[in-house]
Amino acid sequence: MLKFIGRRLIQMALLFVAFLTIIFFLLQAQPGDVTNQFIGNPSIPPEVRAQLAERLGLDKSTWEQYLAYLGNFFQGDLGVSFTRYPQQVSDLLWAALPRTIVLFLSATILAYLLGFSLGKVVAWRRGRRTETAITVGGVFLYTVFYPWFAIMMLWLFGFILGWFPIGRFITTDVWNGAPYQANQVFSVMIVSVLIASILYGLVVWIAGRVNPDPARQKVIRRIGFLVILAGFAIFWFTTPMATYARDIAHHTVLPVLTLAAVTFAGTMLLTRSSMLETLREDYILTARAKGLSESAIRDRHAARNALLPVTTSLVLALAFVIGGGIITEYVFSWPGVGSLLLEASLREDIPLAIGALSIIGVLALFGHLIADIVYMLLDPRIRVA
Amino acid sequence: MTDLAKQDPAAPVEPVEEVPLGDVEPDVIAADAPVTAVPLWRVRIRLMRRTLSRNWALFAENKIGFVGLAIIAVFALMAVLQPILIATVWDPRVYDPQTGYDAVVSEFTVVEEVTDPATEIDVQTARLETTPFVEVGDVIEIPLQPAPPSFGGEYPHFLGTDPLGRDILSQLMYGARAAFFLGSVAALVTVIIATTVGSVAAHFGGWVDSSLMRLADLILLVPLIPMLIVVASLFTISLPILGLLIGLLSGFGGVAIVLKSQALSVRVKPFIDAARVAGGGDWHVIFRHIVPNVLPLSFLYMMFGVTEAISLEATLSFLGVLNVPMSWGIMINTAANQGYLLGGTDYWWLLLPAGLAVTLLAFAFFLVGRAMDEVVNPRLRAR
Repeated sequence: MLKFIGRRLIQMALLFVAFLTIIFFLLQAQPGDVTNQFIGNPSIPPEVRAQLAERLGLDKSTWEQYLAYLGNFFQGDLGVSFTRYPQQVSDLLWAALPRTIVLFLSATILAYLLGFSLGKVVAWRRGRRTETAITVGGVFLYTVFYPWFAIMMLWLFGFILGWFPIGRFITTDVWNGAPYQANQVFSVMIVSVLIASILYGLVVWIAGRVNPDPARQKVIRRIGFLVILAGFAIFWFTTPMATYARDIAHHTVLPVLTLAAVTFAGTMLLTRSSMLETLREDYILTARAKGLSESAIRDRHAARNALLPVTTSLVLALAFVIGGGIITEYVFSWPGVGSLLLEASLREDIPLAIGALSIIGVLALFGHLIADIVYMLLDPRIRVA
Repeated sequence: MTDLAKQDPAAPVEPVEEVPLGDVEPDVIAADAPVTAVPLWRVRIRLMRRTLSRNWALFAENKIGFVGLAIIAVFALMAVLQPILIATVWDPRVYDPQTGYDAVVSEFTVVEEVTDPATEIDVQTARLETTPFVEVGDVIEIPLQPAPPSFGGEYPHFLGTDPLGRDILSQLMYGARAAFFLGSVAALVTVIIATTVGSVAAHFGGWVDSSLMRLADLILLVPLIPMLIVVASLFTISLPILGLLIGLLSGFGGVAIVLKSQALSVRVKPFIDAARVAGGGDWHVIFRHIVPNVLPLSFLYMMFGVTEAISLEATLSFLGVLNVPMSWGIMINTAANQGYLLGGTDYWWLLLPAGLAVTLLAFAFFLVGRAMDEVVNPRLRAR
């Protein structure tokens, strides 16, 4: 298993270098060079331009430029942003990265959980009216013009109903004179959620070790879940960050839900067709013949096997989430890597745009790796071989 | 006729599509019997016609395919009608999707306190909108932009005008033309490349296969939308270029992988061996025997390709990175830029028609794709 991951990591590294090469050649192919942008901008002194030219080795051969580019990238040196002049691209991206990761990750997880559990129910009820309704709704969400859908969500839930704030990451009124930075509070939030999920994972693992009886395991898991939830709640009710955290959470809900709604549709449709194929297998007939309950056949025999193709599609959903994530960040004014990329591209701030694109490439790579590992954990044929 | 005469004798009837064993109808056998009487191309046409009619029957079983076709037909009609209307009924100065202008002028009475916003305007706003010399009690004319739908008058606007005074319906119809153009370019390029790449990779195997497939992996890895945004900031992307780009990327990317697996299953069929034994070269086998059997699946991916291209173009022009004169995405972009993003029901004609148009057309191509899926993929049929 480690060998598999190792091999995959090497492949990913090679692919990433290829990706960087493509970006490099794009930069080479553009008219002029990077330093020509904003040549009339007085806030960027000529020395900086000369520095940049030297750093990129613009007076050297293409091959040396390529090596300099790769070297700079792997040293974390992405250059200086032109539109936000004194700031380093890496600092800007570093500040925006957690917000993007949270948006992508929570939307993906939510979409998968919802899509899978709804998809299997829909397939089970094939031919009934609920199936038709949910499938048509799913196809609508799957093909809907996403920016328009996001605007409509923002308009409906933010503007008309007023349940959620209209875009942005924080409410400035709440944060006036706040003792914390927004990113500080946000990272505490991320860490607390992470710790809670790791603890729950431990509980599930221990439950599996301690007691072989599934019913008992369920009880242990439930108790563990409640204890962790209580601890989580106590922490957030006592800490002085609570008001600020609530503000951030309030801003997070709508973008995540919107992105999840669109991603979820693809997963649900796929689970449905995958389930329909699985339900024709002989072992389902066997399970019926054994007299197992409907839900046991559905959840333990059919759905588990139907999960495999759905997991494969995680890679495709990833592209969807990344593209959709940028639109979400734009529509909801969510200050993440996607907004930076878009803003930088529109204002031709090449270093920032390239930096953001590379970071999104890294995210995509990690997503692929995680999808591979999940697939391997699920499919014993790969795990054992 | 000349190249047909050179046909290898081992494969006199080319398998256009797999014919189930019990399904060989007498007319083919009859056509084969007097070999000298019926030329090969006639047999081919007959076979093709029969395959088509059988597939059409399968397609027609499914109502959703027809719904999709109907929606596509409506949009196609819109696309065709727009230039005709401009040439005949619509004055281009008013109805041109890009440069047309029409202002609906409304009369307002200037008052201190507004009780009826449709006919009255408060004095401060009136001074801002016209001249500082407006007094309470005056009646002033203000051009209303964006104007709601109007059906009468010299220049009726059935879907109103946009914030720049341009007719929405005309824009919508022009946008349909742009969408069809882009969709067909992208889908055609995708299918031509993907079918060739898939068949070549499956036929040759070895390093050809693995290098093409690694390329596909790389393309799948690169996030498409961010990449196109950055490319658009470095170069100017027009509509045909975008179509070509999408076609190239999906042709060498995901679709090639799917079509390769289909081509692999064709490659092991006996008629391929027969063609090779008869002396068919690599390219003959690929283009005469593998490609025709991969094509049905290719057409399916063409449908999904159209969907993807249309929404991609709309998304990119919504984000404002494309150099496109007018499209559905540009319409939404205009409304958003002018501050009508949250106009909602008050300014429904700005966001709803364009958004619905993109959604509906993508939906329609998806439905047709699903219906075709059942024709191509027998396991999906509800029997």
